[in-house]
Parts: sequence; structure tokens; C-alpha cells
Amino acid sequence: MPIEAGGKMYETDEEGYLADLNDWNPDLATAMAKADGADLDENHWEVINFLREYYEEYQIAPAVRVLTKAIGKKLGPDKGNSKYLYELFPYGPAKQACKYAGLPKPTGCV
Amino acid sequence: MANFETPELQETVEIPALKQDVMSHSRPFVAKEQFQAPLGFPGELADDWKDVAITKLGELLKTNRALQVFMDSCVKCGACTDKCHYFLGTSDPRNMPVARQDLLRNVYRRYYTLPGKYFPKLVGATDLTEEVLDQWYSYFHQCSECRRCSVYCPYGIDTAEITMATRDIMNAVGKGQKYSNEIIGKVFKIGNNLGLPQPALEDTLLGLEEDVKDDTGIDVRFPLDEKGAEVLVVTPSADFFAEPHIDGLIGYAKVFHAAGISWTLSSHASEAANFGLFIGSNENMKKIAMRIREAALDLGVKRIIFGECGHAWRVAYSYLNTLAGPFDFLDPRYPVPQHICEFTHDLIQRRVITLDKSRNDHRRVTFHDSCNVARASRMGDMPGGQFVIPREVIKAACNHFYDMAPETIGEATFCCGGGGGLLTDDLLELRVKGALPRMSALKQVVEEHEVTHMAAICAICKSQFSKVLPYYGFQMDQIISVHQLVSDAIVLDGQQ
Repeated sequence: MPIEAGGKMYETDEEGYLADLNDWNPDLATAMAKADGADLDENHWEVINFLREYYEEYQIAPAVRVLTKAIGKKLGPDKGNSKYLYELFPYGPAKQACKYAGLPKPTGCV
Repeated sequence: MANFETPELQETVEIPALKQDVMSHSRPFVAKEQFQAPLGFPGELADDWKDVAITKLGELLKTNRALQVFMDSCVKCGACTDKCHYFLGTSDPRNMPVARQDLLRNVYRRYYTLPGKYFPKLVGATDLTEEVLDQWYSYFHQCSECRRCSVYCPYGIDTAEITMATRDIMNAVGKGQKYSNEIIGKVFKIGNNLGLPQPALEDTLLGLEEDVKDDTGIDVRFPLDEKGAEVLVVTPSADFFAEPHIDGLIGYAKVFHAAGISWTLSSHASEAANFGLFIGSNENMKKIAMRIREAALDLGVKRIIFGECGHAWRVAYSYLNTLAGPFDFLDPRYPVPQHICEFTHDLIQRRVITLDKSRNDHRRVTFHDSCNVARASRMGDMPGGQFVIPREVIKAACNHFYDMAPETIGEATFCCGGGGGLLTDDLLELRVKGALPRMSALKQVVEEHEVTHMAAICAICKSQFSKVLPYYGFQMDQIISVHQLVSDAIVLDGQQ
């Protein structure tokens, strides 16, 4: 099911994850969030940008622990926990945030 | 998001009124060619798929004598009908184990029995059609291969074997499941289910060393690919990635540190799970298991210990030697392989490590027996060790332990609802409904004993419960790793 952003159509897989990571742009993240009934604010973007940076270096999304630690360092210790991340991304930070960041879905027993 | 109703929790296990076909819509995403090819399976149905399926069934009947016996020996006594968590949670009569089995059995009769060939209607034999294949795909992905029904079958028919065989046939004709097959491909390519490459794994482990140092003031190591270590630890990659799994991994590291035994993880065998089991593919199971042998030889270890992973322990305990043995290069004084609970339990018994139970006084704990550990393996050197040892470890780590109702634990344990390759979002309705018996049993100990946490030794169980607990009014963090309790209680020399 393709998704539209900025007047262009982008290919996604069955679950709405972007087929080609290189297609990603901020409009696409906004469009994906909108489809889920969510608006992205600066806190969401902190997470999305960190995910993209991490993925670029390691070719995988960060472990939840790595993500919470990084967010805690950037936004303050009260936000460096998975509760905060679940408030931002109720369907789970690993999956929902990865989707908006254009990353593939984490697979396995997670 | 969810367009289904969460069932209501029950006082005891109740047999639901039947709702025919109510789950016939439930089916996981089909694997595309890119996920089929690395496993040696065709990417889509070919014109001759029916012949391929029937031939494959014939091969399986020859090579797997148990399957032949299971096809012939069911007497329709009904003992299994109310034993499956998916039946209890969904009310769909096709999720009675016998009815699900019959989806394959009826086709078997048509092509491999004399009466079925000549008088199919008289013996309930059915032609293999695309409609039957669709039913297989739907309902053989509503079995988590947990084997609870088999415990109650007077003939010992093992539903899991039938599910595995049918999935094997479906893969052979090009109708594989995306979730499991994509994951197996990642193990072949990268070494684990997550697709976590070595540099990311190394970075994650270094981060954990920092965290433990911050928490305790102690340099607890998380070694990776260290040649000459005594022990190779093979653990589910979820232990590196997810919550609450990672707290269990921290627990293992602290145990090794406190015991002064050198250990290492391997980036080549960075996965304990073996989804080859779930899809009934011996070839793929073997290929995955061989990575553990290769890593053990390469690193020159003397022992192999498995982390908290249910079906991995089944594969390790029951098949590792056949799949990847002989392990004559390991130290014969230790079991090959050993379970982390067995290892920790022994150290506690011998007072090599010390646990301060009072550090877990804020928790009141129960234990969920994972199906593959409970019914397909053992632990330690005594019958029932797989039930005793994890509980003894928990009781050594905390003061407040309460078991759930006896008909829901031990050999009779209920599956978490996400085992056997079903831990995927496209099966969420099934997972939530299938968790009903376990959630009901949990509610009971919460009410009677004010239980706050349920501990488990399986990565799938932990992820499944994190997801489904909130549907039943619990908190997602009420599921914890057994070794998280150990981690919080263990006394480390020089701890701040």
C-alpha cells in the first residue's frame, strides 16, 4: 500500500514500513503519523532523528535501552525512560518510531 | 487500532460456546519471494503445487514415523478439545486441536489410505484444493506448537508435529509465513533474528557495561567474540534489544562476574532462537544450529550455556547434538548444553554467589512456565527439573513467590499466546485472545496474593506479555526476566 507525501507516492510493505529507506523525507514521516491519527512535535522529531543517525552508522535500529539513554542525554533524565517513549509512540517506540523514521521494522522476538 | 474485543477474564478455565469460523479471517502475511529464496523455498504457488504438496506429505510420512502414527491413531475421544488456549480464547471450533489436525488428516486420508482413495465421503477424506490450503494457512498459524493438548491425548498425538509438517508442506509449495521466514533469512545473513550486525552488538554491550558501572560502581564485562573464554553464552537477540529482556542479560553478566568464570557472547552465533523448528524445516534448523558449533570451535570455549529462550532450549536440549554434534571438544564434566538457570542455581547452591533477597522485597512474584521448556525439555539431573530449578532461582532471589493455579503451570502450563512463530503484529487478535487463560490465572494470584510481577525465561513470552498485558488491565512492565530478579539481588564485591 503506497503512501502519499508532498504530492509523491511512496512504496511501503504490508505494515506501512517504507520499502526504500532512501525515499525518506520529513514530509513522509508527517504523512505516516497523520495516517495513524498522530501529530509530530519536536519531541517526536528528536527520537526520529536519533533513530536515523543511529541507523546510518549501524544499519539497525538502536536497542530500546540505547534509545532511552540517548534521549535522556538530549532532553533530560526525566525523559530517558521507556514510559516517556511510549507516551510519544503508543504503539511502541521501536516499531512506531522506526516506521516514521523510514527504518525497517525490527524483527525477531521483540 | 484493534477491531476486536478483548475477552473477559475468568475465575477458572471456562469452555466457551462455539462460534464456527469466527477466526477464519486470521492469517499472517505470506512471505514474498525475497524471504522464501534464502530458505530454499519457492516464492509462489506453481501450477503443479498440488502434486508437490501431496508428494511432500508422502515424504514426511516416510521420514517422520510419528507423523504417520498421528495421522492414523486419533479416535476422536475429545480429550484435547478444551485444552488449547487459542480455542479457549477464540471459541472457534477449528481451534480444537483435533479439528485443526483433521485439516491435514482428511487430506492424508484422501491420498494415502485405501478407503480414502475409493470411498472418500465415507471416511471424511477431502481433496486438496486451494480452499483447503487457505484453511491450512489460517489455522496452522493458530497453533503455537505448545503441546498442551498432547499432554491430555490418551494416544500421545503431538499436535505440534502436525502443525510443523503442514507448515513444511506449505513452504514447499511456496506459501510460507513472512514473519518466520524473514527472520530465518536474517540469521543466515547476519547471525540473529533482529539483524543486529557485530558493530551494533558491540556498541550495545559497551553501553550496558557503562550502565552497570553507573548503577553499581563495578566493572562488569559483557565480552563479545573473546577467544579462550571458558563459556560461550548463546542467548536470544531480543536480550540485546528489548525490555524486559535486557535486564535478564545484565543478570547473566553479573552472575559470571560474581562467580569469576570467563565467558563470551558470539557475533556469529548471536541468536539462541531457532525458527527452523517453528516451520518444521529440519534443513533450516540444522543450518541455524551449526552456527553455534562453529562459534564454539572458533572461540575455543569449554562450555555452552543458553540464555532465557523457550524453544531455543527445546532445540538445544533435545536436538543440538543431532543437529550440530558431536560436542566432544567441550569439557565433559558439564552438561552440553547447560541452561543459564541451571548454571545460576548451581552457583547459589554451592554458595559461590550470594543473593540478598530483601532487594526484591518491593516485588511479589509468580512464574510463567514457558511451553517449550515445560513440555519439550528438562533441566538439571532430576525429573521435573525444568519446573523446580527456575523456581528455586526465583525463591533464592526474592522473599515473595506465589505459584498460579496448578492446572495452569508446570506440565499443564498455558502458552503465552505468541509462541511457535506467531509473535507478529498481523496476528495481534489471535495473540490477545490466546493469552486469556494465562491472564485469568495471573489475575487470580494478583487478587489472592497481591502479586506484582510475573517472571519468565523465554524471549517470546516476555515480548508477548509486554504487548498483551495492557489489553487485560495490567501494566506492560509486570513481566520480567528471571535473571532480572537475580540481577537486582546479587551481591557484588565492592558494590556501592
